[in-house]
Amino acid sequence: MTGENERISSLHGAGGERMGQLLREHVTRRFRRRFAGRIGLDQLDDGATIDLPSGGEVVITTDSHVVKPIFFPGGDIGRLAACGTLNDLAVMGARPLALTLGLILEEGFAIADLERILDSLDQALSEVGAALVTGDTKVMGHGELDGIVINTTGVGVATPRAIGDASLSVGDVVLVTGTIGDHGMALLALRQEFHLTTTLQSDVAPIWLLVERALAVGGVRAMKDPTRGGLAAALNEMARKSKTTVELEEAAIPVRDQARGLGDLLGISPFDVANEGKAILIVAPARADAVLALLRSHPLGQDAARIGEITTEYPGRVILRTQVGGRRFLEMPLGDPVPRIC
Amino acid sequence: MSRPFTFTDPQRARALADAILLLAPPEPVKIVHVCGTHEVVITQHGLRRFLPEQVEILEGPGCPVCVTSTRDIDLAVRLAQTGRTVCTFGDMTRVPGTRKTLEDAHAGGADVRTVLSASEAATIARRSDREVVFFAVGFETTAPMTAAILLDRPPPNLSVLVAHKRIPPAMVALLLLPGAGVSGYLAPGHVSTIIGLAPYEVLPREHGIPVVVGGFEPLDVLYAIALILRQRRDRSPIVENAYPRAVSEEGNQKAQAMVAEVFEPTDSSWRGIGTIPSSGLALREGFSLFDARERFGLEGEEGEEVALGCRCAQVLTARATPDDCPLFAGRCTPLTPVGPCMVGGEGACSIWFRYGGRPRL
Repeated sequence: MTGENERISSLHGAGGERMGQLLREHVTRRFRRRFAGRIGLDQLDDGATIDLPSGGEVVITTDSHVVKPIFFPGGDIGRLAACGTLNDLAVMGARPLALTLGLILEEGFAIADLERILDSLDQALSEVGAALVTGDTKVMGHGELDGIVINTTGVGVATPRAIGDASLSVGDVVLVTGTIGDHGMALLALRQEFHLTTTLQSDVAPIWLLVERALAVGGVRAMKDPTRGGLAAALNEMARKSKTTVELEEAAIPVRDQARGLGDLLGISPFDVANEGKAILIVAPARADAVLALLRSHPLGQDAARIGEITTEYPGRVILRTQVGGRRFLEMPLGDPVPRIC
Repeated sequence: MSRPFTFTDPQRARALADAILLLAPPEPVKIVHVCGTHEVVITQHGLRRFLPEQVEILEGPGCPVCVTSTRDIDLAVRLAQTGRTVCTFGDMTRVPGTRKTLEDAHAGGADVRTVLSASEAATIARRSDREVVFFAVGFETTAPMTAAILLDRPPPNLSVLVAHKRIPPAMVALLLLPGAGVSGYLAPGHVSTIIGLAPYEVLPREHGIPVVVGGFEPLDVLYAIALILRQRRDRSPIVENAYPRAVSEEGNQKAQAMVAEVFEPTDSSWRGIGTIPSSGLALREGFSLFDARERFGLEGEEGEEVALGCRCAQVLTARATPDDCPLFAGRCTPLTPVGPCMVGGEGACSIWFRYGGRPRL
């Protein structure tokens, strides 16, 4: 249904239902060859795999970053651009090796700011031992874009195989590596019309070393990083792809008081907004406790928690057992309520 | 991360659910609330799971943008299209009139501004050399704010298109509507902080309907439901205040005085119900200078209320649930709303869509 007057709206980039629709109906099917290995464009996973003749899989992923403001509590667009791509590799079970950097700059952008952003990008890379190996720079006229746009493409290696986001089996346990909603809520609080101040910081961080620990235990069946659309979008996507039910215990989901408070105030659920330093792990029941214990022993995983399990009651849906003892569906958010955050 | 869950304590909720079970009669009971925030609490926390099958709780005409008549929206659209700056609350810009929403008018080049408060509209007018119209919607909670800007030396280029509505007359009207079958009211906590308890007295006195003013935490709602059922069991309908930490018997008298100084009750048309006597507010003589209807000669041009292709009218009168509507979550979503119940953050359809609101999941 391509109407003549159909136009891109901001919701198309918000990671929710509308974005999936855009990709399915207007983007992916235009390409004739969509696979270079087991996982390709059609899966709309966090990245793709390329088969290696010598065994193992190369994982490749790309991400473009626009964020307002470019410097925010807990990070900046440089750290975000590194972590977005590094974490997409990590949740596919791939050790990040190298990143490329595409910079699009607005005429007049301060070089001191650029240096600060690049240093912060480098810091994130060094936290997981990845290199920046090539890049490209363009400058556009004043007013043609808002400051800076960064694209990073990442390459990693998964041995023996990459991990997807769709292999959920009944009885599996749902883990998260820490508090939910920090990044989205912290950026939401910065929106000027709300006149809010908070001590909440973005959680933006590269999580490969944390994920690597979990993988060493074994039993990790699927992973995803809950970025745009948050926990709700990520779990709905996993439930749909695997045709299982994800059943969550609200009281078990770690949420910082500040994020909860902001959410109550603004009527926006911390479950619907982005995280930039967290992963969801679907783990075989026998290994869940061991994985959780190891996650908690890492500084980035100290708030890790077991938040639910995989059932069959409503295939493709996510159920939330609420704090007070009620029960409802946790819906796929239509779009991230926070514009331009990652 | 630990915090006392006073109002979401599952043990207390269980105890209240047990009480509700004991108090519920064998026959069907339909409790109606008239506040979008109540529906959010009920749906977001999955509270319907606590109710026995024969007890249901539904949203009535509790979403202010939803009940705003298409005629008022048409007037606002026309003002915007004829060169006036129209300011209103966010959700209102997306509610369809006869042909257009204010958002459509904006896309066509009209100056439509979203404001968070009435005073923001006055600020916009002070900084503008155009005619600025505040499209004033909402119940007794927002009317005092509109009154406040008119009592505070409003700029001469500001006028108000008043579409404020009063909740208690609608609660009475709903009782007389065929098929509504209201057994009791969970009265709105926010509105009650302004108006107090007296305006509800007519409901138990003349119609034998229990009224309990409830707060907005999950336990508040369950407690209020238990009290409504107890009143029914005891056949002693009264107005009961289950939200005393915010609502006093006399309400906010300062706000009441401001509203009384600026407005007088008038008949008003509600989407889904029709015209209800004394259910709206009109500017008093002394403020007619700021009445957009008078300033721009809008009287006498009103068209007919249009029917939408959906069941909004039934949903707004608690005669249908959102998923009774064949368009719900299919053709009609918050991105492509057919009726106003899917637009507003307080509309039952939009709330059910957001929070997966199927009863008793």
